[in-house]
Amino acid sequence: MSISIANIFSITNGQAAPICDVTAMDRRDFCQAIIEATGQGLRISALFGQPVGGGRTRLWAVLARDNKSLLLLLYTDIDGNRYDSLTPYCTQAHWFEREIFEQCGLEPSGHPWLKPIRFPTRTETAPRIGDADFFRVEGEEVHEVAVGPVHAGIIEPGHFRFQCHGENVFHLEISLGYQHRGVERKLVGGPDRRTLHYMETLAGDTSIGHALAYSELVETLGATSSPARAQVLRGIALELERIANHTGDLGALAGDVGYLPTLSYCGRIRGDALNMTALICGNRFGRGLVKPGGTGFDIDVQRRDELLRRLDILEKDLFVAIGLLWNSSSVMARFESTGTISGQDCKELGLVGPAARGCGVERDIRCDFPHGIFQLEQIPVSTCPTGDVFARGYVRWLEIQRSVTFIREQLKGLPGGDPLVAVGPLKPGRIAVSLVEGWRGEICHVALSDPDGKFAAYKVIDPSFHNWFGLAYALRGQQISDFPLCNKSFNLSYCGHDL
Amino acid sequence: MNFGRLALPVLALALAPLLPGIINRTKAVIGGRDGQPLLQLYYDLAKLVRKGAVYSHTTSWVFRAGPVVGLVSAVAVLAVLPLGGTSAPAGFSGDLIFMAYMLGLMRFFTVIAALDTGSAFEGMGASREVQFSALAEPVLLMALAALSLAARGSGASLGGGLFSLSAIYSHLSISTWMRSGPALLLVAGALWVVFLAENSRIPFDDPNTHLELTMIHEVMVLDHSGPDFAMILYGASLKMWILGALLAGLLVPVRSGNIWIDTGACVFGLFVLAVLTGVVESVMARLRLTRVPQLLVSAGFLSTFALALIIWS
Repeated sequence: MSISIANIFSITNGQAAPICDVTAMDRRDFCQAIIEATGQGLRISALFGQPVGGGRTRLWAVLARDNKSLLLLLYTDIDGNRYDSLTPYCTQAHWFEREIFEQCGLEPSGHPWLKPIRFPTRTETAPRIGDADFFRVEGEEVHEVAVGPVHAGIIEPGHFRFQCHGENVFHLEISLGYQHRGVERKLVGGPDRRTLHYMETLAGDTSIGHALAYSELVETLGATSSPARAQVLRGIALELERIANHTGDLGALAGDVGYLPTLSYCGRIRGDALNMTALICGNRFGRGLVKPGGTGFDIDVQRRDELLRRLDILEKDLFVAIGLLWNSSSVMARFESTGTISGQDCKELGLVGPAARGCGVERDIRCDFPHGIFQLEQIPVSTCPTGDVFARGYVRWLEIQRSVTFIREQLKGLPGGDPLVAVGPLKPGRIAVSLVEGWRGEICHVALSDPDGKFAAYKVIDPSFHNWFGLAYALRGQQISDFPLCNKSFNLSYCGHDL
Repeated sequence: MNFGRLALPVLALALAPLLPGIINRTKAVIGGRDGQPLLQLYYDLAKLVRKGAVYSHTTSWVFRAGPVVGLVSAVAVLAVLPLGGTSAPAGFSGDLIFMAYMLGLMRFFTVIAALDTGSAFEGMGASREVQFSALAEPVLLMALAALSLAARGSGASLGGGLFSLSAIYSHLSISTWMRSGPALLLVAGALWVVFLAENSRIPFDDPNTHLELTMIHEVMVLDHSGPDFAMILYGASLKMWILGALLAGLLVPVRSGNIWIDTGACVFGLFVLAVLTGVVESVMARLRLTRVPQLLVSAGFLSTFALALIIWS
């Protein structure tokens, strides 16, 4: 039986709908619909289980239809603890199904590599943190290299298991879960005074991105719209965050190949960009800036002029520091053809953000699902076709330039008015989805409200969730010594994944 | 044996840790930073010898022998190492082979000490080190053979024979450069590559990185601590002094006969070499590991070509 995608209930980005409007499917139709939809180029933005009592689990799927700016919603209720796995027919479901297995105990039968993606503590018999079986390549000359979870640098913990033949990597398996905090569980029953702070620390380097996704969700559930001035300020903050992180990433990429000039410059310039955010709200990572109903801070005329002045200096410095990178043949020799992913593979894996755009795939929430200021002001999508470390770096550079232009224009044309309005109480029995293009890629927040207007479930999909497997895939057939470089070109979040 | 010449090894023992300091300062200045003190390595060594060492239960005496043998081999080389025109205290005919193989012994023990830990990282580093040094060693020997022939060509009879470093270097003067300049330039190029590769500098290795998977030399010594690690750091700085002295002795052909001027010029040359290394590290990225053998082999071609030039000119 065939299912027409056009008949599936859909909403737009940042829109709320009564849950009763979404038609329930039986499990066969549900799986069939997802397989057909992804076969036609739709993406899985979210796929998660919601316990609904009586030993039943409700599987929710949010499918992104990029070319129509529509989000397809579908669910099915599953009795018992198994269903037929999607992964054999739809690769991007791989990680999601493993998470459902971990969190709800639902077993997708036929899943090719079923194990939890974190270390669940649900049951008494759960394995100890760090205990896991890893994929092994057998053979006399194959050797195994284990890296982490404690790393040499000051970075987050994660375990990497390589199957190598000499210097060549056959297979890399990434084991996360060391940063699990149980945030999603804590969000149920909210929003309360803590919720915003949880959002700002889901991934500390994406404070604005996550706070923005959350705020738009609460606003739509509360039937409130944020003032025009706040939308512009949010756009500026989001792009400042992008500039700061991309600059840091490019510097770190240079550092990984031992190219000191760009490393040193970018380290400082990243600070300059963070300080611009601090100039607006007093915090370098933008905490307290974006909140439901608008923004917590406003930009007065002196600050606007100061920001414009600093933006000019920033742009000039960046052109010098990052220009060095592309003009240095020894750096290019390392970046090019390292960790290549084809456009086809990128679509099948469901990558997002600069990692996807670096494979030549035009995928950008600011364009595909415009929200807030991006409905009025378009930032061109930056892509690079080669799919290697160079492409992921170069996309960042293009985005930095376009973000600088965007911020400059927005600062010059700030609309008047108050940037903060009161948000109404959440409408009961709704589902809403909010997508934001954070600097790492698509941030997806899904909220379901209960009859009391509280969160019955709150799901966060950080872009890292989509991309971790892409990193493992990019390493196949590469040199193990190129792993740190590849890793840096993705620069994924551990805590954003673990939540 | 001339006891006054013992001054040469003493000079090396005292000044060698200054070389990494100069490199780091150069990088700091170019990077716009203040950087660490010039004498940082001395402070580090003083700190490390006062610390205790930690040994893994899986290691044997081989692991403990590694740093000791490494340091002793380097010190032994100092006995035959001339500095510019100033001869070594214990030079003999064939000491250039002695030098090459003492450095080989140093490497061998570092490698087996690394393998002794049974760590996957150290095994990888050891494999890389052996692969690259197998290519670097012929370059060094070829280059020294070319120098030896060039020095013999200067007409003077070589006291101590053809294979004594002291004899070779005391005859490398301005006139040698006038006669076979192009060949000597090729040799200098080859020795420069050996210097950077053997001392694990960029573009071959990155001494500053914290990424175990990309390291060559540094990853082999991860498990050493305290006084053992001090010996390794000190041994490494002596190795840099030794290979640097071979290059500086060639590039600074001051042979005035005045021991102070000759030695001083060569030591100055060593410092300039350290500055140059710092400059190289500031302006280029390191090579992909698969490219390293190619560069070493090309250095091999340089020194072989130099040898051929000298033989048939």
